[in-house]
Amino acid sequence: MSIIGATAGELLQRLERGDVSSVEATTAYLDAIALNDGRVKAFLHVDWDHAIAQARAIDEKRQRGESLGILGGLPVAVKDVVCTQGQPTTCASKMLKGFVPPYDAHVVTRLKTSDAVLIGKTNMDEFAMGSSTENSAYQVTRNPWDLERTPGGSSGGSAAAVAASMAPLALGTDTGGSIRLPAGYCGVVGMKPTYGRVSRFGLVAYGSSLDQIGPFANDVAGAALLLEALAGYDRRDSTSVDTPVPQYSRTVEEPLAGVRIGIAKEHFVSGLDREVESSVRAGLDVYKSLGAEIKEISLPHSKYAVAVYYIVAPSEASSNLARYDGVHYGHRAAQFDNMIDMYSASRGEGFGAEVKRRIMLGTYALSAGYYDAYYLKALKVRRLIRNDFDEAFKSVDVIASPVAPTPAFKIGELMDDPLAMYLSDIYTISANLAGLPGICLPAGFSRNNLPIGLQLLGPPFEEERLLRTARMFECETDFHKRRPTVE
Amino acid sequence: MSSPTTIIGLEVHVQLQTQSKIFCGCSSAYNPTHPNAQTCPVCLGLPGSLPVMNRRAFELGVKTAIALNCDIAPFTKWDRKQYYYPDLPKGYQISQFDLPFSDDGFLEIDAPGDSGEKRRIGIIRAHLEEDAGKNMHDESGRGTDSQVDLNRAGTPLLEIVSQPDLRSPAEAKAYLEELKLLLTYLEVSDCNMQEGSLRCDANVNLHMEAEDGQKIATPIVEVKNLNSFRNVELALEYEVKRQLEQWQKTGQTLGEVAKETRGFDAARGVTFAQRGKEEASDYRYFPDPDLVPVTVSSAFLDQVRESLCEFPADRRKRMAVAYQLSDYDVRVIVDQGRAFANYFEEVAKLCSDGKQASNWVTQDVLREMNERRLTIDEFPIRAAVLGNLLERITKKQVTIKSAREVFVELLSELHSRTPISAHHIDQIIAEKGLALVTDTGELERVIGEVIAKNPKAVADFQSGKQAAVGALIGQVMKSVKGADPQKVRELVVAKLRG
Repeated sequence: MSIIGATAGELLQRLERGDVSSVEATTAYLDAIALNDGRVKAFLHVDWDHAIAQARAIDEKRQRGESLGILGGLPVAVKDVVCTQGQPTTCASKMLKGFVPPYDAHVVTRLKTSDAVLIGKTNMDEFAMGSSTENSAYQVTRNPWDLERTPGGSSGGSAAAVAASMAPLALGTDTGGSIRLPAGYCGVVGMKPTYGRVSRFGLVAYGSSLDQIGPFANDVAGAALLLEALAGYDRRDSTSVDTPVPQYSRTVEEPLAGVRIGIAKEHFVSGLDREVESSVRAGLDVYKSLGAEIKEISLPHSKYAVAVYYIVAPSEASSNLARYDGVHYGHRAAQFDNMIDMYSASRGEGFGAEVKRRIMLGTYALSAGYYDAYYLKALKVRRLIRNDFDEAFKSVDVIASPVAPTPAFKIGELMDDPLAMYLSDIYTISANLAGLPGICLPAGFSRNNLPIGLQLLGPPFEEERLLRTARMFECETDFHKRRPTVE
Repeated sequence: MSSPTTIIGLEVHVQLQTQSKIFCGCSSAYNPTHPNAQTCPVCLGLPGSLPVMNRRAFELGVKTAIALNCDIAPFTKWDRKQYYYPDLPKGYQISQFDLPFSDDGFLEIDAPGDSGEKRRIGIIRAHLEEDAGKNMHDESGRGTDSQVDLNRAGTPLLEIVSQPDLRSPAEAKAYLEELKLLLTYLEVSDCNMQEGSLRCDANVNLHMEAEDGQKIATPIVEVKNLNSFRNVELALEYEVKRQLEQWQKTGQTLGEVAKETRGFDAARGVTFAQRGKEEASDYRYFPDPDLVPVTVSSAFLDQVRESLCEFPADRRKRMAVAYQLSDYDVRVIVDQGRAFANYFEEVAKLCSDGKQASNWVTQDVLREMNERRLTIDEFPIRAAVLGNLLERITKKQVTIKSAREVFVELLSELHSRTPISAHHIDQIIAEKGLALVTDTGELERVIGEVIAKNPKAVADFQSGKQAAVGALIGQVMKSVKGADPQKVRELVVAKLRG
């Protein structure tokens, strides 16, 4: 069996058996990047020598008989919004071109102590703002299933890298669906953990109360493995929650008997693509055949989710991005007249259109006289959205839904229609507003051979339940086994 | 027109004495010589960094607020105050907006002058925030780049906002002095104005009543960055005069012109208009999503209350009674700070004479401290030693005069490296023969000699010239150094009458 295309679990077994070394595995993926990334453009930064050096160190550790971390030499791609010491971290923005952080994000430290090989930094929408990875200042990432289409966003580089077998595992971040949407569009597994499950320390903030880091993998077991490496309390993130981390990679294989799956009537309305709907309904049939109970539930406030999100996230973003002022680091305009002009010229040149749009939205929403009507009101509705879920989870274990209304759209198709672009996150945003975990898994293909994802949402800190439920489906289907041919 | 009433409110920023900054582990020590040496990704505002609250800073804030009689909120949160300035690396300051951790307190001060009147100055609120860095501009006017030092960025600050209850510049100064004293007693801040650990902005205007009973208020002026209590007083005195003249000239009242911000030129003794912001600034406050709200438990409050020391006002009251001191003396002692008052109390207890201890501590010790520029902690004669010396006065082993000689001698031994101990006192007394002579046999022998040698003085005394005895006493004292003059007088008079 070849290295490329193996699941993370299969590759790890071969590494552990000594059938393959980490240097061989890493080299194979670096070769795949060299071969295919010219077309896919998933990576912003690949440091070949650095990756090989890490792999060699892990191989040596293994040869010395030392015990290895749970990722035991597996290559992992990292979204370029996560700080890596000594390696560029640009957030796909001109503002941070050439910025090299002096410290590792908590998750990067976790990857290193788990003996992962950091293979490269992946493309994204600038500062994680977008649903297509078109808002990158550097390149447009393409969907490996159809290079004319977007991989989704904002973690499109990570999703495409895993889909195109340029990495077995990748990190993404999800503020309104930025892991789950590209996972769905690219036909891979992507998971957003509960808010507080994974430390945000070293994650360049977009919407601080919504952002979470999570795994991409080419199967559910891989996602469980990577999440196990990432999750856990970190005192450097005040919003990190100190609860035990289950051994997801072990329990993922245990099916849940009689799992109760909720479907929200609000999720199956006009705007939902018929092929997507039928794939989701077929997925529910799979669960029924496994003894699951399907129950209709209601999430009455979910219709406000997109509106609430586009007040909360830009408000936080307008504040979080204030630090990019050209004074201490990052882009500074070459020409300016005075201090104020230095600020406006540097920011005007450094940020792209979508980032500017959201900074303006947020600045407006937080302004005196508007705060109560927008931000405060949005916080109240956010609470109601969470209450809907709390109510629903009294009678069901997980909630199933589409991950997006349609399969991947074409590059450029929605660039002039930001509102339509925003609506692609309609099924994912609620989980961020409510702080809940969600997973997206491959559940079908359109007639155009585009992947269709199924989303499962769970109560807070029930990642284990979601992974086990998702794995049950995966064992009955082979959508996750298909690989695109990049050409 | 009634004479104008001066209305003053003060905003005081105090740096709290924590080891580390309020949201990261960097040292918060004052260090202007090594710019940006005390920084990390958090206080530099690097991408991805996150703040974590320093519990000690919160505790010191609560301690102060309790001492200021404030209500402590059971639930408080952090907000971002957003504005652009190069010394503010995140583009926002983490502060507290609508739910400060404390509000509605007061500080009692003595009204200026000798009236003995107490004044209760309201505290609107006290809240915590992070300090900004420091911009260093090119003063040469040659337009080279400004530089930013972020050592100070993230230092914990407590902002204490008073009600506009202060009625004169002198009262404003008295409030600041009492506040500073309280803060240093609590050991929450060193209140060093030169190093910027205490900073003050003053809001001031005048209220008047016209003949027809109409109330008139002049526009409020905020005087910023006053760097000493004296300058607060001077700036406010100037402002009071200026606002009255301005009103007489223009008739402008509160609300007709925007609030003005003025600076103070200490060299010329005048305030001056600073370039105002064109419109009221909108800081777009919102709750910081990176920090969790703080709930304050009653257990925590109990713990803080237990850690409180006696407040200066309470200490003055107690010490006045316990040591039978005048209000003036007790104020001099307590206002020198906690260590000084502790020194006094130790001395007073050892010698069992509060008045004696007060005389020595407020005169001799304070004078020598000031001359030598020493703090009480650095003063070479420790309380135990001084107490021992003064105890000898109480026990009539030495005279006050001799004790002063010993005190001077002890200080002159400063160069010798051994610490001054009570043993030195014995040595000096022995060397100088300062021991009070209680052996009346010896005294009587000397008195006999002196009387024999001075027939004229004896005759004068016996013919009714009381003063003549003085010369005799003087001669006795000369030959018996440690003699108690009281005793000598008694014995001489008895002999002469006898």
